[in-house]
Amino acid sequence: MNALRPYLATFSARFQLMLQYRAAALAGFATQCWWGGIKVMIYAAFFGAAGAAAHAPISLSQTITYTWLAQGFLSLNPWTGDPDVAAKVRTGAVGYDRLRPVDAYGWWYVNAAAWMTARAAPRSAMMFALTGIIFPIVGLGAWAWAPPAGVAAALLFSLSMILVVLLSSAIVMLINICVAATLTDRGVNNLVAPVAILLTGNLIPLPLFPDWARTALFIQPFAGVVDIPFRIYFGQLTGTMALAGVGLQVFWILVLGGLGRLWLGRVMDRLQVQGG
Amino acid sequence: MNPLHLLTRYFRASLSAQAQYPGTTVLMTVGAFAVNFIEIFGIAALFSRFGQVRGWSFGEVALFYGLVSISFGISDFLSRGFDVLGTEFIRTGNFDRVLLRPRSLALQLIGYDFRLRTMGRVLQGLLIVAIATQTLHFHWTLAAVGLAAWTVAGGVALFFGLLVLQGTLSFWTVEGLEVANVLTYGGVQAAQFPLSLYAPWFRGFLTFVVPLACVAYFPVVALLGRHDPLGAPDWFLPLSPIFGVIFLAVSFWAWGFGVRRYTSTGS
Amino acid sequence: MPQILVEGLAKTYRVAEREPGAWGAVTGLFHRRWRTIEALKGVGFSMERGELVGLIGPNGAGKSTTIKILSGILRPSAGRCEVDGLVPWLQRVQHVARIGVVFGQRTQLWWDLPVIEGFDLLAAIYRVPPAQYRATRDQMVGLMRLEKLLDQPVRQLSLGQRMRCEIAAAMLHDPSILFLDEPTIGLDAPSKLAVRDFVSTLNRERGVTVILTTHDMHDIEALARRVIVIGNGTILADSPYEALRAGVLAERRLCVDFAEDAPVIDIPGVEERARDGRALELAFDPAIIAAPTLIARITADHAVEDIHVDEPAIEEVITRFYQLHGAEEA
Repeated sequence: MNALRPYLATFSARFQLMLQYRAAALAGFATQCWWGGIKVMIYAAFFGAAGAAAHAPISLSQTITYTWLAQGFLSLNPWTGDPDVAAKVRTGAVGYDRLRPVDAYGWWYVNAAAWMTARAAPRSAMMFALTGIIFPIVGLGAWAWAPPAGVAAALLFSLSMILVVLLSSAIVMLINICVAATLTDRGVNNLVAPVAILLTGNLIPLPLFPDWARTALFIQPFAGVVDIPFRIYFGQLTGTMALAGVGLQVFWILVLGGLGRLWLGRVMDRLQVQGG
Repeated sequence: MNPLHLLTRYFRASLSAQAQYPGTTVLMTVGAFAVNFIEIFGIAALFSRFGQVRGWSFGEVALFYGLVSISFGISDFLSRGFDVLGTEFIRTGNFDRVLLRPRSLALQLIGYDFRLRTMGRVLQGLLIVAIATQTLHFHWTLAAVGLAAWTVAGGVALFFGLLVLQGTLSFWTVEGLEVANVLTYGGVQAAQFPLSLYAPWFRGFLTFVVPLACVAYFPVVALLGRHDPLGAPDWFLPLSPIFGVIFLAVSFWAWGFGVRRYTSTGS
Repeated sequence: MPQILVEGLAKTYRVAEREPGAWGAVTGLFHRRWRTIEALKGVGFSMERGELVGLIGPNGAGKSTTIKILSGILRPSAGRCEVDGLVPWLQRVQHVARIGVVFGQRTQLWWDLPVIEGFDLLAAIYRVPPAQYRATRDQMVGLMRLEKLLDQPVRQLSLGQRMRCEIAAAMLHDPSILFLDEPTIGLDAPSKLAVRDFVSTLNRERGVTVILTTHDMHDIEALARRVIVIGNGTILADSPYEALRAGVLAERRLCVDFAEDAPVIDIPGVEERARDGRALELAFDPAIIAAPTLIARITADHAVEDIHVDEPAIEEVITRFYQLHGAEEA
């Protein structure tokens, strides 16, 4: 336990710090409501055409739930590196992290996880309160965040969401390391964001892309951040496929985490040689 | 030295500053291009699955999206000073410096930073207009080019006005101003689809409160040579971008109050 | 007709008190508690063309409010202020074209631009005719020895180099008044001397009126013949520095190194200030006992190795002054 103490401490410190940005949370929530609202109206218009629904692998109500989940948990998406790491790299304070008696990868990883979850927690709660509870009450049930498909789906979704945090942090770490290697966050953030938006399912739910792309979209790592857990939630991914989805999440956590550890070691060695 | 001359001086200074980081500038431009261009994949995927949406085709929606992107990109190019007024000028006290120079405040804020990366979005918009032209076999007559330019001008005025309002708000608070993104970035998002897809209250908002429909939907319906399925009269459609200009005028009127507040509290 | 005329200047702020955080921002929209702060309560003074005045006072005394009103970026609540016949906050554009302002803590140059390009841009902003601009610029570059800095981006300059460029930048449009707000803050000793030297030259040779605020009293000692002290929003003193010193702290100091352990000195009008082994520091009032008399009496009774008369440090004078007027920082 004592070995984990510094990591737990930095997680809780960063988590509490991020929770203080309440104005940012409210502004983010408002933005996500607007975005989700537009998307939901657009999907309804597409699905609304006579007979069109038959062509879609997921229903309108599932698409709507997918949209609210995606907006609520938007902060768990690995679009950019951790801004703290970028600031440290810019100011040269990255050297101080080498002075701490902790594992550099673990330290940054835990920070990234805290940074993302602390922003996601209040926003997803507000999003659920609005679209999952208030919408049905005021008669907007057709536009609501629907409850999970069943107890099994709910349990597997919870497990899958924990894996989302681990997987997303591993991807953020790769971005962080790229920032440390190139000494700026501008380049990599700009290149990763469009890829992540497209491949996670944030742009449109992955099942709505053409059918020929289905397998490729399922096995790529970004699916594990949005698409897999959400489809488990509303029961479109069940049984073997659901387990395969969770298995893929674990697989990518191990592969990307391992890759990150190796790479960070090399980057840090080089930074030390340069005296950066 | 007239204002236009000064703006070109500011522009040259901005270029010179960005030339210090050529790699970053190129990457940011490419990123701005890519992050907006992927939207078209989403739209294309939806159309390939569903065929059409309430009588609108992919090419038509692409035309809405392309033109509004160009408008926003140009406005973003001009309005950086207003966008970061709260964080870069008011919180830091640098707005005092702006007041200490014998030039109009708006001119100085426009000249603050012309970011080349915003051209990534303009390029993306142009490319999407090209895709729309191809898909629709659209013939660009002189009148059509004129109407498109007028639409873009109205759009630039509207988005600029939104940024001026955001800047005005930052005289009162600099907290939570990210919410203005709802109307700028979110406005682009909303204006890229035809108005008739939205719920009636939202149509009303986009027409009468923040007249995004007047700088995208209505004029583009005219450009496409269609009648508005929502019943707006044909003569109104090509005139509608004027409301973007009116919105800008109203925004500057509000701006005056903000400046007055700043000079009487100094914070 | 003085160049700067200030009468009965007052400034009150109403500050909204609100709960911290986002919820406070929301409730603050509906009801507010206001607190009134009187930053200035009737400040008045005048300055002739070509004067160099030091404006001092503790933090929060009203110095920067005064400077902001004089430079046209703040409206006073009451009172009159004219600079060269203009009311600064009403005729902002005309007024600011004639003044130069340097903030020691901020830059007016462009971080990523070479110094010379920033100068060119300023000349465009201030509409300086090209020939006049070149002449003024070359003169400033020569005075401040900026030749080697001109092609460097501002972000690469040291603080001292940057401050020299800042002052030159403020002079490019040939202003008749220069406001310097803590121009030496954070500078090393040679840079401070260079800045003082430059300001003094501008004032003497070009006849520029200078208003200087600073916390470094050596700036005042080196530059200002006249000092205005502001505290609690009013003017506490407006006089030559020497008069200020005499009025506050007439005492002088005698530092003596004895041949053996310092003895106890008991002479009327003399107080012991510090003692360290064989060294002794005494304070005396020259009105009660003159320096030669005191020295004669000490050397008559004791073996002395070294002796000299000193004045209290200027910081001490000012601190004493603030204390006397109850003007210490809250």
